[in-house]
Amino acid sequence: MSILIYAETQNGSYNKSAFELASYARSLADQMGETVTAVVVNPTDAKSIERYGVNKVLEVKNPSLSAFNASSFASLISQAAQTSKSSIVLLTTSADSKFLAPLLAVKLEASYASNVVALPTSLSPFTVKRTVFTNKAFGMTEMNTDKKIIALSKNAFGLSEHVVSAEVIPFEPTLSETTQKVAGIEKATDKVTIADADVVVSAGRGLKGPENWGMIEGLAEVLGAATACSKPVSDMGWRSHGEHVGQTGKPVAANLYIAIGISGAIQHLAGINSSKVKVVINTDPEAPFFKAADYGVVGDAFEVVPSLIEKLKIFKSQNS
Amino acid sequence: MKILVCISHVPDTTSKINFTANDTQFDTNGVQFIINPNDEFGLTRAMWFKEQQSATVDVVTVGDASVEPTLRKALAIGADKALRVNMIPLDGFSVAKQLAKIVQDEKYDLVIAGRESIDYNGGMVPGMLAELTGANFVNNCIKITVDGNQVTAEREIDGGKELLSTSFPLVIGGQKGLVEESDLRIPNMRGIMMARQKPLTVTEAIDSDLSTTTNKFEKPAPKGAITLVDKDNLDELINLLHNEAKVI
Repeated sequence: MSILIYAETQNGSYNKSAFELASYARSLADQMGETVTAVVVNPTDAKSIERYGVNKVLEVKNPSLSAFNASSFASLISQAAQTSKSSIVLLTTSADSKFLAPLLAVKLEASYASNVVALPTSLSPFTVKRTVFTNKAFGMTEMNTDKKIIALSKNAFGLSEHVVSAEVIPFEPTLSETTQKVAGIEKATDKVTIADADVVVSAGRGLKGPENWGMIEGLAEVLGAATACSKPVSDMGWRSHGEHVGQTGKPVAANLYIAIGISGAIQHLAGINSSKVKVVINTDPEAPFFKAADYGVVGDAFEVVPSLIEKLKIFKSQNS
Repeated sequence: MKILVCISHVPDTTSKINFTANDTQFDTNGVQFIINPNDEFGLTRAMWFKEQQSATVDVVTVGDASVEPTLRKALAIGADKALRVNMIPLDGFSVAKQLAKIVQDEKYDLVIAGRESIDYNGGMVPGMLAELTGANFVNNCIKITVDGNQVTAEREIDGGKELLSTSFPLVIGGQKGLVEESDLRIPNMRGIMMARQKPLTVTEAIDSDLSTTTNKFEKPAPKGAITLVDKDNLDELINLLHNEAKVI
């Protein structure tokens, strides 16, 4: 018996979330007396995930899988689960993993729990803790079937090294032709994405107009952060929908979330609640965000942000 | 083109979330229910297909009689008829099985569901429904156009978007982008009056086991007090983020 993880890559290198997933799998495997197997598609260095406790890597090398395809990827993970005799399959909560997870659940006749934030609270009955009501609460979910798929929320478990020596085995799944094809991808390659970022700098209506976003991008650049925005900002077309974070936008689970000129509507706070440390910069000391944040500055963004950028540049030059 | 829009009946986005019966049930006291926002973007896009491409649009929900006002609202917005599967929705898989039965019986070309409901956030019903009915599936769908049986869809990916060419039968997990917030429709009096005359059919649920059960809830631990930093002392903020929070 082995716990299977689907380890995602970007340009052939494992994502940080894949290492986090491996760390989680290792802890769970130790509790259950099992090993950890990873399945990975077209990696440049399949073995490197052994640093996080993966015993065996099923390496798929297939140029036709260079673009993600949910149906084919669900099929190959399902075949990998049979090969590794896994009753537990672990996924991240990336857009791709959330796309394939329900397909995989039906193929494996498995129960599926998304947005899981901790190791199971009980192995019998098998119970996981997951976020519900868009981060306003947690639910304890019992998984009643033999096979289980767990999607781990980003940044919920963290990385823990556990060096083992992994065996890399070539894996050739049988794939059928799909009628749905990728016709194009638009992706900024030079920017940190909200999904990957450790730090997210987010701004709201307090910025008064899209022409004032230069300083937000400047702050993001000095922090190596992704940029995000509130719902009104994306609704007014100041920024693209892809940057909208909150209940109907993207969730954010960063280490540091900096909210500038965002009042903190309940829907916005729900979406960013899983972030570890929150900083608010706002002129209005009564803004609800001050009740949700860890650190706050009452002040005008147009003065505070440029000054913060300068001070951070000095700090970075002294600490690198 | 036959379209089915799957509607989830969820607490309003501004609701305070509380639990009752020893934290085993969601406390509906004082909570207003709405069409799940991700579903409403899809419903509005379906209205466009109805008006521009002569589609028929049915709506469905799985729930007890208390969800019917939400279905009536969808009819008032312009759906042709509504279906309710009489079952309390307790887990994504059993809901997907109910919907799969309807999709197979009625042979819909396009099923539009929201990428997730804002209450249980399972994010599984649309994908399971697609797999159960052998349909194509596009999740996080932000754009869809139809030309005969040729469908072009866009989905949001981490850091960008992906363009897909696909075909019917198709299920999408939709979200904002399918239409804009400003395109959403508030039912007018005529729509509300007409909705009263439109068919709302109730069917009994088929047998399906629950693959998961959620029987205990918890609220996040209360937040500690905020540390305020003077705007003229931003070095202190950097110091706190570096030495105390250890995030930079």
